[in-house]
Amino acid sequence: MSTLITGARPYGEDAVDLLLVDGVITAIGTDLSADGAQVVDAAGLVALPGLVDLHTHLREPGREDAETVETGSRAAALGGFTAVHAMANTDPVADTAGVVEQVWRLGQEAGLVDVVPVGAVTVGLRGERLAELGAMADSAARVRVFSDDGHCVADPALMRRALEYVKALDGVVAQHAEEPRLTVGAQMNEGDRSARLGLAGWPAAAEEAVIARDVLLAGHVGARLHVCHVSTAGSVEILRWAKSRGVQVTAEVTPHHLLLTDECAETYDPVFKVNPPLRTDADVQALRAGLADGTIDAVATDHAPHAVEDKESEWASARPGMLGLEQALSIVVQTMVEPGLLDWRGVADRMSVRPAAIGRLETHGRPLAVGEPANLLLLDPTHRATVDPAALASRSRNSPYAGRELPGRVVATFLRGVATVMDGKAQK
Amino acid sequence: MKRHLLEAGDLDRADATLVLDTAGQIESALAGREVKKLPTLRGRTVVNLFYEDSTRTRISFELAAKRLSADVINFSAKGSSVSKGESLKDTALTLEAMGSDAIVIRHQASGAPHRLARWVKGSVVNAGDGTHEHPTQALLDAYTIRQRLGRLDGVRVVIVGDVLHSRVARSNVWLLSTLGAEVTLVAPPTLLPVGVGSWPVAVGYDLDAVLPKADVVMMLRVQAERMNASFFPSAREYSRRYGLDGRRMAALPDDAIVMHPGPMNRGMEIAAEVADSARSTIVDQVGNGVSVRMAVLYLLLGGAPE
Repeated sequence: MSTLITGARPYGEDAVDLLLVDGVITAIGTDLSADGAQVVDAAGLVALPGLVDLHTHLREPGREDAETVETGSRAAALGGFTAVHAMANTDPVADTAGVVEQVWRLGQEAGLVDVVPVGAVTVGLRGERLAELGAMADSAARVRVFSDDGHCVADPALMRRALEYVKALDGVVAQHAEEPRLTVGAQMNEGDRSARLGLAGWPAAAEEAVIARDVLLAGHVGARLHVCHVSTAGSVEILRWAKSRGVQVTAEVTPHHLLLTDECAETYDPVFKVNPPLRTDADVQALRAGLADGTIDAVATDHAPHAVEDKESEWASARPGMLGLEQALSIVVQTMVEPGLLDWRGVADRMSVRPAAIGRLETHGRPLAVGEPANLLLLDPTHRATVDPAALASRSRNSPYAGRELPGRVVATFLRGVATVMDGKAQK
Repeated sequence: MKRHLLEAGDLDRADATLVLDTAGQIESALAGREVKKLPTLRGRTVVNLFYEDSTRTRISFELAAKRLSADVINFSAKGSSVSKGESLKDTALTLEAMGSDAIVIRHQASGAPHRLARWVKGSVVNAGDGTHEHPTQALLDAYTIRQRLGRLDGVRVVIVGDVLHSRVARSNVWLLSTLGAEVTLVAPPTLLPVGVGSWPVAVGYDLDAVLPKADVVMMLRVQAERMNASFFPSAREYSRRYGLDGRRMAALPDDAIVMHPGPMNRGMEIAAEVADSARSTIVDQVGNGVSVRMAVLYLLLGGAPE
């Protein structure tokens, strides 16, 4: 099976044709012959390696009313992703080889993106004892990223053990950095707005204190640490310091933390309730700068679908989290590319190359080059559209971008040479 | 006036003054009458939707609506709407389908009245939401201050105690500032919100330092559960440093008044001799609450004046 993409601009550079044969990019050049291949006219479109998400909640098993592996995979493909890491906080928790293999198999069956399960660090996400990390690593799901996301591995001794133990698995612990005693009942960023709105504050220090502790631990034991959804300027500073000292730490930022601030909470509309919370404009600027200079390695969506009844309520009783897969690239175009903070190679690096490297994915995050896997997307960067939650492929509707006009449209996504998205429509 | 009263910030100076003036007119209209009732809201329905126990606030609103001849429904839905099954939205739509013209809501979640206001066509009055606001309490406090001191502009008001968790404090900060008063907050730093620096108030930690220049001292209730969460070392220490006793009251200017939104912890934030003194407006506040809430309902529901 072969496809000829004509006139695409890899990394936004000069237009070329790309020939995809049997899942591999077999030729790149001008005026390539179709020779029976299906032709895709990509004139004016930017070609990028397929995006890799380190942080996706697919909700299956357990909350199939909010999202399934299939609906989440479809949303991911529409967003230009070819691989997503499915977080472990399902019901049952992905803390055994059985559950991670189930999620992995559901992803294979959906066939829209490679669904890479994340394994829980501790049994039941309870933060008490290690889950069978080795069994998950050795399973068909080949787990390399371990996270109790949604919960912090707060016990410092347990965190140290986890960091040490995954060294043998070439794994990484992805920490949800939140000191739980400092965030009891927390509803939003602690600052001027929380004071006025009467919503219990989530102090930046609760995130920064855990990151500071964990980079010291990772440095001490020589292990890899990944920090989930970094949200504060102070966290960026700590990461910059740790990297300068040679600590093997990587970090991600979400699209929503690159764009939105705690001002959104003024409506008390829980579609803007998320953990960690939306912060201040100064934090947003620091996160953008950190992503631009590489202190933050990756954009990760923290795509968190929720059923209507879990969001259509008073703020305090709503579940935290927001959708992200389908708008992630658009948000990065708006917040990073259009202001000149990242070029297209930078986008490919932060949304594909580095996340794939962190997750140890061998066939994703590869360059657009001959002989490489044909995992790529075609983006129309000039297209602008207003987000309509009802039109999303996700089973849930909790998009914080409703009514916002955003740039960029994913026209096509290819997974191993097969179009999962064409003309902006999912192919299955 | 806006259609809802969700927070003190919904009232500009003119609106707030209108509420206070209207409350005064209502009080005069009823003074000396045998039948303390106006026909203004006859045929209108006011729902008291209370998710928290609050006997005094509910009774005050109920009395206010009844004195305006409205039909009053008390809907007590204690506990979280989600944990109890029916969502706030479903409850709201049910009440509206029954023909409510106004919903007075007390809820443990900050912002619940704001959510409600997006779902119903009628007016929403916030009767206290979580740790956010309690605007009619601030209105009755302002009314009481004006009644006793004859003015609000330039009046020096000291609010003492658990500002962090107090919706009464928040509403008073914004309303009294709107009306030209100078507000000072005094509390242990643990009971002041991070971000208080952005409020239009002065902040201090020393009660004795501010009392000689205060026209009004408003004591906030200290909840028992704060004592077990290290907000302060002990009730005794709190009382020593931030309680208003007879000795401290003596430091006040001659015509200064002492307020408390109730219910009081006598012996904790306020000594009995202070609560029962001539400076105390605590009983006046309760009575004024009915007049002010009548004014709010009257203005929001736009009843034809008599």
